[in-house]
Amino acid sequence: MNLPEAFKVSTRALYKNKMRSVLTGLGVIIGIAAVVALVSIGQGVSKKIESQISALGSNLLMILPGSTSMGGVHGGFGSVNTLMPSDATAIATQVPDALYVSPGVRWVGQTVYQNQNWATSIMGVGSSFPMIRDWPIAEGNFFDKEDVDASANVCAIGQVVKEQLFGGMDPIGKIIKIKNLPFRVVAVMAAKGTAGFGQDQDDMILAPYTTIQKKMLGIDYLSFIFVKAISSSSVNAAQQEIESLLRQRHNLKPGSDNDFTIRNVTDMLAAVMNITGLLTIFLGSIASISLIVGGIGIMNIMLVSVTERTREIGIRMAVGAKRKDILLQFLLEAVTLSTIGGIIGIILGSILSFTVGSFIKIPVSVNIFPVVIAFFFSFAVGVFFGLYPATKASKLNPIEALRYE
Amino acid sequence: MSQDTRQDNNGIVVKVVGLKKTYFLDRVAVPAIKEVNLEIPKSSFVSITGASGSGKTTFMNILGCLDKPTEGKYFLQGTDVSSLTPDRLAEIRNEKIGFIFQNFNLLARTSAMENVELPLVYSGTPKHERQKKALELLEMMGLKGFEKHFPQQLSGGQQQRVAIARALVNSPSIILADEPTGNLDSKTSYEIMNVLKKLNEEMGVTIILVTHEHDIAEYGQRIITFKDGLIVTDTVNSKDTFENKGV
Repeated sequence: MNLPEAFKVSTRALYKNKMRSVLTGLGVIIGIAAVVALVSIGQGVSKKIESQISALGSNLLMILPGSTSMGGVHGGFGSVNTLMPSDATAIATQVPDALYVSPGVRWVGQTVYQNQNWATSIMGVGSSFPMIRDWPIAEGNFFDKEDVDASANVCAIGQVVKEQLFGGMDPIGKIIKIKNLPFRVVAVMAAKGTAGFGQDQDDMILAPYTTIQKKMLGIDYLSFIFVKAISSSSVNAAQQEIESLLRQRHNLKPGSDNDFTIRNVTDMLAAVMNITGLLTIFLGSIASISLIVGGIGIMNIMLVSVTERTREIGIRMAVGAKRKDILLQFLLEAVTLSTIGGIIGIILGSILSFTVGSFIKIPVSVNIFPVVIAFFFSFAVGVFFGLYPATKASKLNPIEALRYE
Repeated sequence: MSQDTRQDNNGIVVKVVGLKKTYFLDRVAVPAIKEVNLEIPKSSFVSITGASGSGKTTFMNILGCLDKPTEGKYFLQGTDVSSLTPDRLAEIRNEKIGFIFQNFNLLARTSAMENVELPLVYSGTPKHERQKKALELLEMMGLKGFEKHFPQQLSGGQQQRVAIARALVNSPSIILADEPTGNLDSKTSYEIMNVLKKLNEEMGVTIILVTHEHDIAEYGQRIITFKDGLIVTDTVNSKDTFENKGV
């Protein structure tokens, strides 16, 4: 008997037991759907986190005051005020691998334009900030070095702030008030979306750090320094140069802890991707367990089916079916069941992924890779769990099989 | 239907020499067939009869290549089939043997037509040829119009006629009928036996019939009686079956 013939016999046997076939296939359907959905959602989450981190800017180093651990105690960032504007100047002049340097301070407050007001975060930064963060300007021109040196009352606003304060109006040249200080809007930043750990980057006002330090906060220290390295290959070199420079400037003795922390975005990205990758594999593995349970279901039903159809097997053998014909027939039944289940599972899993993805707002895309893997996995489940019942059927003694009631 | 036209072995289809079959139940040897020697010429109609436990069913299974003898040789059309592998035996069954069973043994929920086609499926015959042959045989068995019927929609006699069509479809060397009337009422039994007799007389089909009913055995031209694993009588049947039955 050739393959198409055997396939026809097998599918008809499945069709004759519709309810049983559907219920048996359900195990594989659920298993494959779970694998596809969890892997796709996992990859979506991972992609989202990746895009959020890379939205911080490429080849970026963040220098934060305070050590990650000082004498065994986590001080937390910003708990000490060790970063000074002079540190930023020193990095800019003495670190050859640093392309752009921007000092920064942070504040959160109310902004007012005419009768509109909006609470947002205000960042005091240097003029090179858009270059460091790879953040294009949508309208107007970002403030320059002269504005920074002069502590000018100018600001650039994010898309959310523009929407909240100005609605459809053109904000360029308008005066907004931050903590009762008037600021002239000189630029609108391009939309960057939610990024950096749940923070909406478009809900932000950027102003010269000197202005924020002196006129609003009355401080001389910095909240952070952003550094953009010349290229991705010079990020690590820049990090080391900055570290030794700052240790020297802060008079740290050899062996003592840094009083600052340098964060490398590339490293952060790699670390996070590693974790989310592991998480995806972990979820996929858990889902595979249900697939194995589905496979056992197939094996169970196939064994019942072989027993029920002992007489049929006997008849087929009597009229000339060889062992391999019987083996093929029952194996094909199991494989057909599992692969059809697999295909339905892939479809259901994809629907589930997109539904969940749209609910939790992550960019889920069902990749070909997990789909192909899932398909072959369902095929393999059919072969693996179908082989034993099929072998059992093929080894029946035709005389006993014919006499079976 | 044309019978196998090879005239090998001087027209002897079945030749059994020194055949023995012993079963082992809990390591105790139980001889089912002590020793049988037999020759069946082509186009004969042989009835094998005997009480249950006489070894006739075991003998039938060996003739049908469903079982192998413990000792001795079985030549089917000159080929020694007593020591073939299960797969080779399956091929022999497919090509040279047609089975008719007491309980019909048709595939359930499978049409009469497809039941008849079944042996041809395993011999790799193309579909259109299979269908042509199956239709011819069903028509010959008087089942025209019943091709699409499932076995459970047919009467016992009709089911057995489907089974006969199935047995004939591969143009086998021998037809083995194992108690073909055991599940039928006497009127239908005679109808089926007349079909077999006609096949034998008009088309030269070799038929080996196993039965414990005397009136059924009387249809054979030759009646072989088994007892305790041995052939005890082997007689040519001189009676005219039709007159005996008053048909």
